[in-house]
Amino acid sequence: MIRFEGVHKWFKKLHVLNDIHLHVKQNETVVVCGPSGSGKSTLIRTINRLEPIDQGKLVVDGFDLTDRSFDINKLRAEIGFVFQQFNLYPHLTALKNITLAPIKVRGMARKEAEDLATALLERVGLAEKRNVYPAQLSGGQQQRVAIARGLAMKPKIMLFDEPTSALDPEMIGEVLAVMRHLAHTGMTLVVVTHEMGFAREVADRVVFMDHGAILEEATPDEFFLNPQHDRAKQFLKQILTPMHCEM
Amino acid sequence: MESGLDFTIVKDNLLYFMIGAYPEGKLGGIALTIYLAVAACFFSFWGGLILGLMNVARNKAIRYASGAFVNFVRGMPLLMVIFWCYFLVPGLFGQPVGETKTVIIALSLFTSAYMSQIVKAGIESIPKGQTEAARSSGLKLWQVMVFVILPQGLRNMIPSFVNQFVSLIKDTSLAFIVGVSELTHVATQINNRSFVYPTEIFIFIAVIYFILCYIFTEFSRWLERRLAWRKSI
Ligand SMILES: Nc1ncnc2c1ncn2[C@@H]1O[C@H](COP(=O)(O)OP(=O)(O)OP(=O)(O)O)[C@@H](O)[C@H]1O
Ligand SMILES: [Mg+2]
Repeated sequence: MIRFEGVHKWFKKLHVLNDIHLHVKQNETVVVCGPSGSGKSTLIRTINRLEPIDQGKLVVDGFDLTDRSFDINKLRAEIGFVFQQFNLYPHLTALKNITLAPIKVRGMARKEAEDLATALLERVGLAEKRNVYPAQLSGGQQQRVAIARGLAMKPKIMLFDEPTSALDPEMIGEVLAVMRHLAHTGMTLVVVTHEMGFAREVADRVVFMDHGAILEEATPDEFFLNPQHDRAKQFLKQILTPMHCEM
Repeated sequence: MESGLDFTIVKDNLLYFMIGAYPEGKLGGIALTIYLAVAACFFSFWGGLILGLMNVARNKAIRYASGAFVNFVRGMPLLMVIFWCYFLVPGLFGQPVGETKTVIIALSLFTSAYMSQIVKAGIESIPKGQTEAARSSGLKLWQVMVFVILPQGLRNMIPSFVNQFVSLIKDTSLAFIVGVSELTHVATQINNRSFVYPTEIFIFIAVIYFILCYIFTEFSRWLERRLAWRKSI
């Protein structure tokens, strides 16, 4: 479904993606983790070309992303993206946030789009919030609307970039529950997260990045119980000790 | 001559102040001022929007062309723009264009240049995440602009727009330089006829300009409230 072959990217002199090889199969859930600044966001953003790559090959759903001649919007319509900062449209209600793309991109009839949005809101447990503006929702609720917005395009792939990092601890669970459910329905997921419980439970594979390179790619059990790389061990120690919750 | 102000001259010429020589002659006075302001307001809104969008276009040529135009116009006093239009526009159209139209064109060009910078700033003030979310869902660039960025940006721009339009209302007074008989022109005429009550006459038109600007400001406050989506509970 997604195949990176020797992908490189630079921001000026910063080598932000360094020889990335990664293959995400259909229905797989891959969790990407690593220290801050290691290039996780950049990696996931290349998949729908929010960030173009400089070198190598990247094929997503049969489209070669280095090929500039195809209509990128066609591919983007098949990929849902959930951001750390939610990025809901503040001038639109929850419902309208969800119906915008199906109506404008897919050409769906308004009524049909609204029914779909209502069903999705129900699915993420926010049926009663359909006519509410984002500012009136909690962080966890906003993120669930954002997930529903991504799902409204009936995507083949969902990408999550630290979807719970901007949330208060008590709201993380509700968002993870929605994502867990998605993973079980067989959607192809790439999730950047430090929620190791989630990774352990639903990931088919965990990818560990540092300084723009993939240092480790393993099943959750292998990764958590027997990390190969020193950097990975160090990272896990930091993230799994309660110490990292210090004020 | 008694001391104190005597507004009889205003009272006697009230109709002339309001509509000029109309209906025997051309429309003038306050009515013409309002006409100039509303027409120029309309055109400069669209002009500013288009120029502003060109200013943030991806295409460099478009960006530079609109940027050059904006800087050129902003570097000129309005009076010059009016003169330029007065002499150049008829040539461009190959036939005489009425003074009133010329002035509307000049005011629109001038105000558009300023408006475009407001539009540009308004667009750039919307967080990048909005564009990214919209692009990620497969919307085309123009759709992102129309459905996501502008609805938020325009609302933020309203206060700056209002400032610009208030200036515009006052700027219409410069139309008298090419003989358009708007309020200031009419006031000058009446003053030239009597020469006795300049203070009264110019106090009166100052009040009129103030009222026009005030009404407009209130209208846009109302508009702003109406367009406001609820920011918090
Ligand atoms: N648009 C950009 N221009 C220049 N440098 C950038 C840009 N975006 C990211 N970077 C740099 O690239 C590096 C990788 O950034 P990236 O956001 O991919 O890291 P990350 O692993 O997602 O980190 P975090 O956990 O903090 O989100 C960082 O050093 C960052 O400063
Ligand atoms: Mg990141």
